[in-house]
Amino acid sequence: MKFTLNWLKEHLDTGASLDDILTVLTRIGLEVESVEDRAKELAAFRVGYVKDAVQHPNADKLRLCVVDAGDGDVQVVCGAPNARQGIKVVFAPVGAIVPVTGAELKAGNIRGQASNGMMCSARELKLGEDHNGIIELPADAPIGTPVAEVLGLGDPVIDIAITPNRGDCNAVAGIARDLAAAGLGAVTTPAVEPVVGAFPSPIATALDFPPGGENACPLFEGRLIRGVKNGPSPEWVQDRLRAVGLRPISALVDVTNLISLDRARPLHVFDADKLRGNLRARPAKDGEALAALDGKSYVLDSTMTVIADDHAARGIAGVMGGEETGCTAETVNVFIEAALFDPIRTAATGRKLGINSDARYRYERGVDPEFNRAGLELATRLILDWCGGEVSDVVSAGAVPEWRRQIAFDPASVKKLVGIDIPAAHVLRILGDIGCTITGALPFLVTPPSWRPDIHGAADLVEEVARLNGLDNIASVALPRVTAVTKPGLTPTQRRYREARRALAGRGMVEAVTNSFVPKKDAALFGGGSDALMLANPISADLDAMRPNVLPSLIAAAARNAARGLVPSHLFEVGPQFNGTGETEQPWVAAGLRAGAGARQWSGIPLSPDVFAAKADALALIEALGGPVANLSVWTDAPHWYHPGRSGQLKLGPKTVIARFGELHPKVLTAMDLKAPAAVFEVFVDAIPLPKAKATKTKPPLVLSDYPAVERDFAFLIDTSVPAGDVVKAAAGADKVLIEKVDVFDLYEGKGVPDGKKSLAIAVRLQPKDRTLTEADIDAVGQKVVAAVTKATGGTLRG
Amino acid sequence: MTDITALERDLSERIAASGDDAALEAVRVAALGKKGQVSELLKSLGGMSPDERKMQGPAINGLRDRVTTAIAEKKQALADADLQRRLETERVDVTLPAVPFPFDPGAGRIHPVSQVTDELIAIFADMGFGVAEGPDIERDDYNFTKLNIPPEHPARQMHDTFYLNGNAGDGARAVLRTHTSPVQIRTMLTQKPPIRIIVPGRTYRSDSDQTHTPMFHQVEGLVIDETTHMGHLKWTLEEFCKAFFEVPQVKMRFRASHFPFTEPSAEVDIQCDRSGDTVKFGEGNDWLEILGCGMVHPKVIANCGLDPEKYQGFAFGCGIDRLAMLKYGLPDLRAFFDSDLRWLKHYGFSVLEQPSLAMGLTR
Repeated sequence: MKFTLNWLKEHLDTGASLDDILTVLTRIGLEVESVEDRAKELAAFRVGYVKDAVQHPNADKLRLCVVDAGDGDVQVVCGAPNARQGIKVVFAPVGAIVPVTGAELKAGNIRGQASNGMMCSARELKLGEDHNGIIELPADAPIGTPVAEVLGLGDPVIDIAITPNRGDCNAVAGIARDLAAAGLGAVTTPAVEPVVGAFPSPIATALDFPPGGENACPLFEGRLIRGVKNGPSPEWVQDRLRAVGLRPISALVDVTNLISLDRARPLHVFDADKLRGNLRARPAKDGEALAALDGKSYVLDSTMTVIADDHAARGIAGVMGGEETGCTAETVNVFIEAALFDPIRTAATGRKLGINSDARYRYERGVDPEFNRAGLELATRLILDWCGGEVSDVVSAGAVPEWRRQIAFDPASVKKLVGIDIPAAHVLRILGDIGCTITGALPFLVTPPSWRPDIHGAADLVEEVARLNGLDNIASVALPRVTAVTKPGLTPTQRRYREARRALAGRGMVEAVTNSFVPKKDAALFGGGSDALMLANPISADLDAMRPNVLPSLIAAAARNAARGLVPSHLFEVGPQFNGTGETEQPWVAAGLRAGAGARQWSGIPLSPDVFAAKADALALIEALGGPVANLSVWTDAPHWYHPGRSGQLKLGPKTVIARFGELHPKVLTAMDLKAPAAVFEVFVDAIPLPKAKATKTKPPLVLSDYPAVERDFAFLIDTSVPAGDVVKAAAGADKVLIEKVDVFDLYEGKGVPDGKKSLAIAVRLQPKDRTLTEADIDAVGQKVVAAVTKATGGTLRG
Repeated sequence: MTDITALERDLSERIAASGDDAALEAVRVAALGKKGQVSELLKSLGGMSPDERKMQGPAINGLRDRVTTAIAEKKQALADADLQRRLETERVDVTLPAVPFPFDPGAGRIHPVSQVTDELIAIFADMGFGVAEGPDIERDDYNFTKLNIPPEHPARQMHDTFYLNGNAGDGARAVLRTHTSPVQIRTMLTQKPPIRIIVPGRTYRSDSDQTHTPMFHQVEGLVIDETTHMGHLKWTLEEFCKAFFEVPQVKMRFRASHFPFTEPSAEVDIQCDRSGDTVKFGEGNDWLEILGCGMVHPKVIANCGLDPEKYQGFAFGCGIDRLAMLKYGLPDLRAFFDSDLRWLKHYGFSVLEQPSLAMGLTR
């Protein structure tokens, strides 16, 4: 909402400075977005008189001018075609900042002639686009006065942001009222005097709605003014409109714009001679078309309201008038429409049609129902003053809907809610200043004014008091401590996500935070892209699907890095994947990727990350999160985005997948344009069982054996299809008391090993607890190991 | 006509029988090459009468299209089979022990968003706040309606909301939450006051420029009990800012504002000095807007089944990314989510820098 300081002062008697007004506006919630103080900006620019202008001796198109701007004669070289002796100009002395460039003007020498200043064009002052010549000021402009005064630019323009609850402040009068309530002066808005009609209006207004739809337009008033002469509005009105960014059109149209800005009261003017019969507000017919004032044609539907005559729809209620019946320079008889339209319908109509008009803006934020008639009277007065004519009686259909409501209010609630002691009398004064009517004793009954539909309950009244008294006057009060010593802020689950991040970063990986949406084609590669998880209104086509998996985000990040020459990428993310739209279908996953070979090293060839690296990362993370690593089994049924032969799943029992790991399927790499091989993992943090809550933090006792451990190696010839894990499991189970652990230390296929077989070597560590093992004991266990492995895998001990 | 049918049958059989690319290519040349059988048929169209052409044209062109498609499909199938064979030869025994990729533990980094979130948690935990979280895909009634933003409210225009095609159950429309405030609702619906929580998390708005990304992060704070008032809110925010920006004093400015879910509502500016290359807090002549806050609207409390006559409290919301930008001087929000390794390495944090009030939030 833009307005000028002088405009405000028409409604507010105040001695406050501009800066004070700005401070208070922002403090009370009318946030100042910008102030354009042209007088300040143009302070250095003064009225100059061109005493002499002669041809530049060394340039055809330049003139040497002698300018008097009140500080003696100055020579200026000027190239403008209209620079001539005897005119008054805008003179910029050396040192002035030229608005259009923001540069400081310096003394110059142009083709051997000194130039100490500049005469300015409209564009140089940001007053328009005209750059064909310099501005010529009126001959009576006093030499040396600031040009802002002469050009009528002395009035600062203030732009404030109005929150959607404050429809009343989309009016200069409303802003003045709020400032007065904040103690910045007194409201001086004049009362509106009715104008008595001289004849009955030949055009009647009516409301024509089906039962239940009446609130679309509860009140429709209007009147005719005949014999007007529509021309330009008075100069001060045009200046004012231009100052706030509106284009003056004609007196009749400017009246409506002025009242809209001044009083937040939208009006519409019809050229009465273009109307056929009477006017009524009614629902639009489905498919009904209307050419509106913006030059576009709109197709309406029955959820919308129109103002129609006996022939056709003539305006979209509360949004925009029709072009055919609009006022022009030739208009002689004008019909003024003043009506109340439902905010919700008006907003929906504007949204559907894509029309953002000042009228819609005000109606959807709520207009003062009691100002409908007054707005009509005000418009009448201005039109009669500016355009002459003779006015009819007012025609009216409907009534002002009941807006009065009483709120029981105890001034003590201010202290309770905002914690500040304001005397009850002061509380009531503030409420009175914003227009509330207060009756009764404790609790008081407060009736908010007709222009404040946003005030409904006691909390709203407290807000008004707190706001106008100043939120900065609220003293800080310490929040009582709940416990003497801080308690944990995180649940065990929340803690694990945060631990997962630091565990992975501790493995040299870099945390990425990536978008939750991915292109649909990427989602499809990871089993996603279902319709339910597509955005209905994506911001761009490559961010249109909720990601079914964190990996595509990381792969895309690695591909971007590779394209910048940044290889390898060791990235991870702990974040959501979306299996569905329900709240339980959005688990957080810790996923990681190592893509690209490591740096070349003097000590050997660089390694490429592979399935075993991914497995190591997944296991390390599960272990860091306290997961039951020893109980996990490895399955080879990883989903289709993994390389089928180089991937696996870690499960707890047959069903619970704790993690997946492996190399990516070559088709995924190709589709996502990642040229490097990549090993990835996904750990489903939520699937890892939480440790049971224990009564104490005691760790289990450490039992150490006094007897030496013994390690024995075995090599087995087994079918290549037999998983090493089966051999390890069988060996470990051969003697659960003595065997502490089993490690694979060699795998061999090739010469010396029959086709279809492999040699797998394991180290078995025996740890006795009550004696030193004899060779016989060790042999006995060895035989059990061989037997168990043979039984489980068909393998034989290699000789 | 029979010619065409017979030819098509023959070609189909030969395509199906092709065991490798070379064999398939031979069939292609025989059918569609310059002198191929199908090409010859196409040429013969030129010599036909218009009537004949009308009849034969579509048939022959159709044949050409079907054969072309069949060859392409076979080519893909052969490639797939090839890939399948190759993948089969690459199969390894994944039950073999894991072999960690050699890594440099010092190269790891924590993202600034996670780091700042951990800082927030450390500070607010000390003030008795727990952490609450909620889903990113949210019910529209939790994101809007229960927060006193009815469907037609102009405030909904302030949120440029992403909607999903699917619904969120019970007839609720699924939206990407535009703020973390729906977790206020989830918390009040399931917990009895007193409540003190912060809610860090991902939020989404349909917006994109240097200071807006479609996904960003917010932290929400909520206190509900029987006595907490706006003075407590001010204290909490002041103490938070001092602790977070690690300065002995901050000056804050509370401006009246409007949010549908709080009343009174305020926007908060923090005093700072922006005259140099970096923003300094606790001094200077500039004001920087850092958060929105207010007393929870009685309607919101009532919408969650609590008695607004009995319970009251405050809420605030603030951008985590913005806090990170201000504190650590990160210039461009978009870079947060781009995962450029150079950016992450430079602006990311070491694992060891775990925020703690006892040790100091930062080194």
